[in-house]
Amino acid sequence: MNGNNGTNGNAWHWSYWLLILVCLVTFFVPFYNRIEPTLFGFPFFYWFQLGWILVSMIVTAFAYYITEQHEKSR
Amino acid sequence: MPLNITALIVFVLFFALVTFVGFASVHWRRGDMDLLHEWGLAGGKFGTLITWFLIGGDIYTAYTFIAVPALAFGAAGGAIAFFAVPYTIIIYPFVFAVFPRLWSVSRARGYITSADFVRGRYGDRWLALAIAVTGILATMPYIALQLVGLEVVIAAMGVQLQGFLVYLPLIISFAILAAFDYFSGLRAPAAIAVIKDLMIYITVFAAVIVIPARVGGWETIFSSVPQERLLLPDNFGSYTGYATLFLGSAMALFLYPHSVTGILSSSSRHVIRRNAALLPAYSFLLGLIALLGFMALAAGVQQNPAYASGFSQFSNNFAVPALILDVFPGWFVGFAFAAIGIGALVPAAIMSIAAANLFTRNIYREFINPNCAPRVESQMAKSTSLVVKVGALLFIILLPQQYAIYLQLLGGIWIIQTFPTIIFGLYTRWLDPKALLVGWAVGMVLGTWMGASIGFRPIYPLEIFGMTIPAYVAIYSVLANFALAVALSAVFNASAKSRADETVPADYAAQGSGVGGMGH
Repeated sequence: MNGNNGTNGNAWHWSYWLLILVCLVTFFVPFYNRIEPTLFGFPFFYWFQLGWILVSMIVTAFAYYITEQHEKSR
Repeated sequence: MPLNITALIVFVLFFALVTFVGFASVHWRRGDMDLLHEWGLAGGKFGTLITWFLIGGDIYTAYTFIAVPALAFGAAGGAIAFFAVPYTIIIYPFVFAVFPRLWSVSRARGYITSADFVRGRYGDRWLALAIAVTGILATMPYIALQLVGLEVVIAAMGVQLQGFLVYLPLIISFAILAAFDYFSGLRAPAAIAVIKDLMIYITVFAAVIVIPARVGGWETIFSSVPQERLLLPDNFGSYTGYATLFLGSAMALFLYPHSVTGILSSSSRHVIRRNAALLPAYSFLLGLIALLGFMALAAGVQQNPAYASGFSQFSNNFAVPALILDVFPGWFVGFAFAAIGIGALVPAAIMSIAAANLFTRNIYREFINPNCAPRVESQMAKSTSLVVKVGALLFIILLPQQYAIYLQLLGGIWIIQTFPTIIFGLYTRWLDPKALLVGWAVGMVLGTWMGASIGFRPIYPLEIFGMTIPAYVAIYSVLANFALAVALSAVFNASAKSRADETVPADYAAQGSGVGGMGH
């Protein structure tokens, strides 16, 4: 009925801790609520959050590739 | 505002293009439109790229494009508008880990809506009904608000009709939308989303290249924001407010029916997981869109008498249209406004299809006409989708715009009440359906009351243990909901535990190659 031969694609993987870390940093708002250091004229508050998006994309892509073997249907 | 002929011509041309695409899309991966699964979920055939365009087009709406910068621009706003960025940062890891489970169990069991899942998981039609009704209620104001985005850009092109005719462009746009939706189902907004998203990316990138060069660099842009609004206030309440606002928004987003529809129309778990890594590109775009609000301040559009009528009619929502008019030549104005306008149609289409799926499956088929034929089911969904659009149009025409905004706020508070049932349900059957129903009801009432008591603003200053903790109403209400559901579940489980559950653990990891009974 579901063709995955009993492997569990939902199993926890250590790379998920990185994802949790990305989220935890995001919650720590006082840390990034500042102007200095600026980058290309952007206050830290703004460039850090934009940059953190890119970091989260990389971490998620990493988690995807490294867990992909668990997901592949035989 | 004088009529901007060049812009209008370009605008109409792009609308004609998407109208054609909307109707033509019925041939794309052709399916039987008399099956709800084909009409309402496009047969579940969308691969990574199309899903990226569809969900992106779904989530990043015309209203987003107008309202987020308006928040950055306005006197009460500033840095807080950027909540849209961390909100989307935390949501994609959540999607990555959690939503493949919903996809899998839905494929294994033939579910088309989240309420279908609840019905199957808990065996309780009343809990499923609560979930369905919540989804429909939360979606309606969202559709209405897309019309606001469309209204603003039409007015910004100087289209000034008298009396009732002022609504004619809106009515025409929505009539076209209703027609190709009826005809092609989800394939229409998916195809159009490709066009719309490309246009939005082009527009925003053009803006962030041209405008800073025009006004003297990013330093100038940020220095035109009053100091006290450039950052969040440095106090405890400001931080709890910001953090709970983006947490609550993130928890709610993928519970909305249109997000679930986007997920379930994907062809595999891989598609969802890949998109969790790729969709944040739109978040980056959203951050830049928020900064358009600051650019509007730097360009001094509020002081410019040419835009005075626009601001008096639409207040801060006119910031982005004014900015675009100020900086770009007529033909690009038409292009940018068409991007926003089409950006209203795509989510409105998906939202109305999603609401129609819910009504048809979880109200009509469940309570009114069980065992109806597939064609009847599909026909009912098509009709419902039409009714929903007409309803949204009437809402915007007849009621003050502010009501739509209040209802949208409430909608976010309502939809989050489905979090315990759906998200915990994907992992465990421990929570009792009746307990969840009580929790849901309490969360709905409490959240609505809290929101109303502070004048339909999102942050509620809760006074507890001698402290005042301002936090997003949705968070407080869903915590109460969850706490109650847990407490009551412990009680109910001790006496007569409800065991109904048609799913099995393997369902939640299903790859979807099985027969699954979709569209039966």
